Amino acid sequence: MSELTLQERRTAASVRLEWGLVALGVLALIAAPFFIYPIFVMKMLCFALFACAFNLLLGYTGLLSFGHATFFGGAAYLCAYAVKAWGWPPEAGILLGMGGAALLGLVMGFLAIRRQGIYFAMITLALAQMFYFFCVQAPFTEGEDGIQGVPRGTLFGIVDLNVTMNMYYVVLAIFLIGVFAVWRIVNSPFGMILRSIRENENRAISLGYSVGRYKLAAFVMSAALAGLAGATKAIVFQFATLTDVTWQMSGEVILMNLLGGIGTMVGPVVGAGLVVGLENTLATSGFPVTIATGLIFMVCVLIFRRGIVGEIYARWLAPAADGGDKG
Amino acid sequence: MVLSARGLRRDFAGFVAVNSVDLDVHHGKIHALIGPNGAGKTTIFNLLTKFLQPTSGRIELLGTDITRTSPAKVARMGLVRSFQISAIFPHLSVLDNVRVALQRPSGLGFQFWRSLSALDELTPRARELLGIVGLDDAANRLAGDLSYGRKRVLEIATTLALDPKVLLLDEPMAGMGHEDVGTISGIIRSLARDRAVLMVEHNLTVVADLCDWITVMQRGQVLAAGDYATVSQDERVRIAYMGTEHE
Ligand SMILES: Nc1ncnc2c1ncn2[C@@H]1O[C@H](COP(=O)(O)OP(=O)(O)O)[C@@H](O)[C@H]1O
Ligand SMILES: [Mg+2]
Repeated sequence: MSELTLQERRTAASVRLEWGLVALGVLALIAAPFFIYPIFVMKMLCFALFACAFNLLLGYTGLLSFGHATFFGGAAYLCAYAVKAWGWPPEAGILLGMGGAALLGLVMGFLAIRRQGIYFAMITLALAQMFYFFCVQAPFTEGEDGIQGVPRGTLFGIVDLNVTMNMYYVVLAIFLIGVFAVWRIVNSPFGMILRSIRENENRAISLGYSVGRYKLAAFVMSAALAGLAGATKAIVFQFATLTDVTWQMSGEVILMNLLGGIGTMVGPVVGAGLVVGLENTLATSGFPVTIATGLIFMVCVLIFRRGIVGEIYARWLAPAADGGDKG
Repeated sequence: MVLSARGLRRDFAGFVAVNSVDLDVHHGKIHALIGPNGAGKTTIFNLLTKFLQPTSGRIELLGTDITRTSPAKVARMGLVRSFQISAIFPHLSVLDNVRVALQRPSGLGFQFWRSLSALDELTPRARELLGIVGLDDAANRLAGDLSYGRKRVLEIATTLALDPKVLLLDEPMAGMGHEDVGTISGIIRSLARDRAVLMVEHNLTVVADLCDWITVMQRGQVLAAGDYATVSQDERVRIAYMGTEHE
């Protein structure tokens, strides 16, 4: 264990409590498909991973991207197309989606990181809108219909993903790997530099760090993980549509983070669960979803500034919330 | 001569903050930049460290033209600055503040796949540096919780971690008590033995005691330059400093 990292400033008890909760959460997810409609949980997991990937950028690097739908939806298209049109196996399709998202992230990040704050957000939004119109026009996305009927296939030629339970545990594994990746990046030597850039960018520069490169690296990692989530979703639902590349999708992932708690590891998962759950409930009731999400957003900003998990940490696990090392 | 500027100028929307400034900083010497508030001292630091782009003029570091170099690159070449408002990472521990600085030359910066224990190899050196500035007892505390004086000392320790060839200190003793001033003077003197130091300082007693060369600025221009004896005899300097000697 490294000496005097932020983890160690926190009391052993609170760390144990947190790990206990994480373990409990994982057990609950393992048992979930026996009690809840598996497709619904899979949807939650895909969005939760998307939200965690976004949090890597907003929570740990301090960059607010308004264009993350590009990576989520772009990867979904790429994966769906490769699997359907070229007959690629699902694992290859997902990797292609991730790689494509990383590449898109490299381009968008490269163009945006020179700008700060709201300008950064505006550039990502503008580029994401360009990507959206590209998807509307490009023939391979099949326009309004989207790419439908994507075969789930067999993972590594052994696991038949058409069996719902198989699909579920593969999604759970992808989710856990993705969240672990975020955790690892945040708690790595590289994560230490991201944190110092967020704390005092000028000081980091004066220590000789080319902060632009660090931000770009974080942007690409976040894009790749968002792509992992999007590509997985395409396999699960067997389609990729324009919905996933709209600006609303970029907004939704921001909402999930705000609601759950930026800069905590668990917050985005909770936020994603709530938003997806709420949308599912409202979808059957006829109450307009946008009004509900708008209301939540306002409540969030007015009452839980730190998000639900953030508020809990601030109250019971005080040092964890501002350290933002791991949740 | 390790750092030199020629004809340095910087305009802010028509206002000339720094105007045709020449400056030479030498190895093993402490060079003071003094002058009333608004004279352009911090702006010169920003220009030399490339946080600001000069409107015109030329800067050379160790024989290389750095007029168009990025600030991070300049720092890697050995020109490291402190800030007028203390610059630390408040939510990191004191030890981590120093380790972040040590991490850069160690090449550990981009290792995103390793655990934080990879940084353990930097701990002995970090502790050594904290020892030099007398912060060893505070290694585990959050940097943001330190007193003002100790934050400044921490900033010097992180700067030292980079083993800079030229050290730029912007008002390192501003707002400090008598004792802290003595401590920092001692640290700066020992630092200057094998590097060049350029510092902005208002306390003229400290300047007289510590500095080998003094450049006096006023309204963006160099008013006078020389050793303390020369500069303090200068009529224009005396007028500019009338009544401010004991501030
Ligand atoms: N970024 C900036 N934009 C506009 N004016 C500036 C900027 N930075 C400094 N100035 C102006 O330049 C002058 C010199 O400032 P500064 O270098 O901070 O002085 P000093 O450090 O000697 O007190 C001041 O009049 C200040 O208002
Ligand atoms: Mg100043």
